[in-house]
Amino acid sequence: MTAETKRIEVTLETLLDSVCLAEEICLRIADTAGFDEDDCHKIGMSVREGVINAYRYGNRSQRGKKIYLTVELAPDKMEIHVMDQGQGFNLADVADPLAEENLLKASGRGIFLMRSFMDEFAVQRSRWGGAEVIMAKRYSASRGSNHRPASPQGPAPG
Amino acid sequence: MTFKATARDSGSATVIDISGRITLGEGSATLREMIRDHLNQGHTKLVLNLGDVSYIDSSGIGELVSGYTTVKNLGGDLKLLNLTKKVHDLLQITKLYTVFDVYNDEHAAIGSFR
Repeated sequence: MTAETKRIEVTLETLLDSVCLAEEICLRIADTAGFDEDDCHKIGMSVREGVINAYRYGNRSQRGKKIYLTVELAPDKMEIHVMDQGQGFNLADVADPLAEENLLKASGRGIFLMRSFMDEFAVQRSRWGGAEVIMAKRYSASRGSNHRPASPQGPAPG
Repeated sequence: MTFKATARDSGSATVIDISGRITLGEGSATLREMIRDHLNQGHTKLVLNLGDVSYIDSSGIGELVSGYTTVKNLGGDLKLLNLTKKVHDLLQITKLYTVFDVYNDEHAAIGSFR
């Protein structure tokens, strides 16, 4: 993390409501960072899918476990970490939802959507032993006019 | 915008007009129950009008797929009507656009049932 990076950490309960809460938090940050509507949609949906996975497959809906959301605004990208307290998983074990035999399955598209919508995507073992999904969206040329710099200046000297 | 769905008869088929979000914990379970109820009543020609659906996540997609396979297994059919750009794009990247029968015109969707 560079000196110019802003970081926010949120601890979420293992509840369905946490899915919408995480999405809403990240949408506001993405909007403030200047992402356009399309990128905000992709970021929001990716966060949603990441937290759904943590809720459902990581923590297995167990109220006693937490979901940790970290958002970093770096000079070149917005990076999001979603960590659970489950058993973790290996990306290589995740079935391809585009394979003919999986097309009509009712689940298994969350990882694919995150990979499709974000510029960077990885999964590693979190410090709590569960899965840590790391995804990032780089700022593009379409960055909106409402962008506020990641390193705000203090008040002008009088 | 919260999930809302209402059903109406249109010719030999049932059209379910859906608005809002089809997501985990919001619309997906309600949609599942609604499709199941119509199948239980013997209505196996279903059209899901998604024209006012603002958002759909992987759970919502799963519900559409599940509804489609359930209806098909009962000898019926399920068509999609009036996809918004976001839903259209989602079905494209998940390769489901080729699975579902998709229409922009309700009469064409109704007329496609045999």
